[in-house]
Amino acid sequence: MALPSESITINLGPQHPSTHGVFRIRVTLDGEVIQDIEPIFGYLHRGTEKLAEERTYTQIVTLTDRLDYTSSMINNQAYVMATEKLAGLEVPERGQYLRVLTAELQRVASHLMGIGFFLQDLGAFGTPLMYCFRERERILDLFEMICGARVTVSYMRPGGVNQEPPPEFWPDLRDLLLDLPNYIGELERLITENEIVVARTKGVGVLPRKLAIDSSISGPNLRASGVPWDLRKADPYDIYSRMDFDIPVGSNGDSYDRFLVRVMEIHQSLRIVEQCVQQIPDGPVRADVPYFFRPPAGDAYAHVEASKGELGFYLVSDGSIAPYRCKIRAPSFINLTALTEMLLGWKVADLMVIFGSLDVNMGEVDR
Amino acid sequence: MESNTLFSNLNEIYLGLLPESLSWAAFLGTGFTIILILVNALLMLTAFGTYMERRVLGRFQTRLGPNRVGPFGLLQPLADLLKLIIKEDLRPVTADRLTFFLAPVLMVTSMLVVVAVVPFGNGSFLADLNIGVLYLVGIPTIATVSIFLGGWGSGNRFALLGAARAVAMLISYEVPMIVSLAGVLILAGSMSLVEVVEAQRLPFILLQPLAFFVFIVSASAEMNRSPFDLMEAESELTAGFHTEFSGMRFGLVQLAEFGEVVITSAILSTLFLRGWENPFIPSDWQQVLPAQIWFIGKVLFFMFIFTWIRATLPRMRIDQVMAFAWKVLFPLALINMFVTAALVVVWPDPNPTYTQLWVMVGVNWTVAIGCLACFTRGLERHGKKPTASVQLVQMPAEVS
Repeated sequence: MALPSESITINLGPQHPSTHGVFRIRVTLDGEVIQDIEPIFGYLHRGTEKLAEERTYTQIVTLTDRLDYTSSMINNQAYVMATEKLAGLEVPERGQYLRVLTAELQRVASHLMGIGFFLQDLGAFGTPLMYCFRERERILDLFEMICGARVTVSYMRPGGVNQEPPPEFWPDLRDLLLDLPNYIGELERLITENEIVVARTKGVGVLPRKLAIDSSISGPNLRASGVPWDLRKADPYDIYSRMDFDIPVGSNGDSYDRFLVRVMEIHQSLRIVEQCVQQIPDGPVRADVPYFFRPPAGDAYAHVEASKGELGFYLVSDGSIAPYRCKIRAPSFINLTALTEMLLGWKVADLMVIFGSLDVNMGEVDR
Repeated sequence: MESNTLFSNLNEIYLGLLPESLSWAAFLGTGFTIILILVNALLMLTAFGTYMERRVLGRFQTRLGPNRVGPFGLLQPLADLLKLIIKEDLRPVTADRLTFFLAPVLMVTSMLVVVAVVPFGNGSFLADLNIGVLYLVGIPTIATVSIFLGGWGSGNRFALLGAARAVAMLISYEVPMIVSLAGVLILAGSMSLVEVVEAQRLPFILLQPLAFFVFIVSASAEMNRSPFDLMEAESELTAGFHTEFSGMRFGLVQLAEFGEVVITSAILSTLFLRGWENPFIPSDWQQVLPAQIWFIGKVLFFMFIFTWIRATLPRMRIDQVMAFAWKVLFPLALINMFVTAALVVVWPDPNPTYTQLWVMVGVNWTVAIGCLACFTRGLERHGKKPTASVQLVQMPAEVS
């Protein structure tokens, strides 16, 4: 005879050590099991899309940095591709290679942060987090060399990139490319086969393949559910069609697969960076574009494979120096669509694991 | 009493200072002096231990620990203490006054009184109870009760939830802890801690590897330390039984927790590493260092081991924790007890020769490694590598 029990609703507030930013979630629990959730976000809404209507096309690049602040370069890349489509600009080759190089380095940095915080949520008291951040620091030092800023880089411009990297950039990059694969291999051996990590993440928070496709999930979350979809291969932009790399695809769609897909993507990104370094031609880094350029009236949509998923910019121009409308398709926001189905039936302790494995960034969700 | 040389020495000093009629005062004075030494040493080790843990954790994480307050950050525990003392002591309206007050007090008290039986030198202890080991495992149970008192008395449903989980975990882990000690008791033939140390011709870590492993894991769980620290985990929803404690009340809970680490290290070094003696050479040879130095060294060594484990391993979930206690640790402890008993039946002489001891070592280590191998294989899922679930592909021509 089952005893009747009441459900309680608790609030995992916007300030919490593991919500990856200001994310609020109200969870209805029956004992330890999650019955229902209600995610509440918007705590980081800064009106990016409205602000974009009052800034010139070049100024909006600084706004895009702050969307997913862990992958600024890629945000820049998506936006400037949209402006180039709008204005019909041609990007010189060296500019394209530099874009791909910095975007892939940024992907590595973003995944390192995602992995580090995922392991932190699992309770590995900060040790893997510190190790991941130590390597991320080296990448951020490279960014500082190339454009002066570590996190909100604003490196790309409509027509190319802002400036040529200084001569000391290339030797440091080469050192990083030698060290980082060994380091990631060490991390793989220590963490990915750790009994406790496996026990807590295998089979937890399964995102079935059909649900993933129906909910427009993209990025590593989609690939972990078994769908081999990567925009860099499906719809190549810049010079990705010349790059030789693989995409890791999971089979179960659980938290472990999402975590492991990110680890393996770091290796592939480093492969791309190496090929860029070998193949990069000389030449200008930016097309000759006036500061106040007025694209013809019309619209354009450009999408890239950001570190969290498909990041798209839809720009509508009315012929003036600022866009009429800038709509951002934020991957983290859309990835949260399936959160309820993924969390139902799991225990409270798994909530943080599943949410951490999704690797959402509130800067993108709220814009 | 005759082997308590520290007591007799101090007693003589006091008797020399006091007149004949106050000889009872000398007795009391000696007792209190030893208590002073023990409690002070314990609390200083706890304070120093918190500093050491933060530095060591920092070094494990490729960063420095606290190094600002005082030379090398050595005054950091003092700074923490001052901060906690000057904080406002909040008590929720829904809290039950008596239990809210008693919970941290009981935790600290139960931690402090354990040190009464631990011998920290040759003939230096407060009381050599002939049921010393029973005392050791009985007193920390009060800490379990006080955790529940704290959770219930806070008047906060999350604290109660966290406390209930904590108590379930703690009483599950007491069973393997006690059964693993049974092996040590069989070999020592007595529950008195001084006798256990003296019976260790070879340190029991060699003779009882399974018991050591089970005890160190169960003790980690009893102390709510990683990888079993889900009670106070920041990334868990319920903040544990000490949610509503602030200021020095919280400070007492932290003190009790880290004091338990020191106590458990002391117990481990007494029961498994020959307490105050040089563990590497027989006890009738010249001990290279004074007994107290050996003891403190071993306590610090075990504290470092606990910190190392905390820095390395992530946290387990509550149901995995319980499964681990009942399905893995308890059978291992039982197997250890039976093997030890069988060996003692074969060689019932309470003073076995070294040859017999080394044969026992061999048998015990074989059994230990065999059991752990079997249990690990039982835990593995289908024998496949976990990383096999993610493959590298080239993009197929079309995606369905």
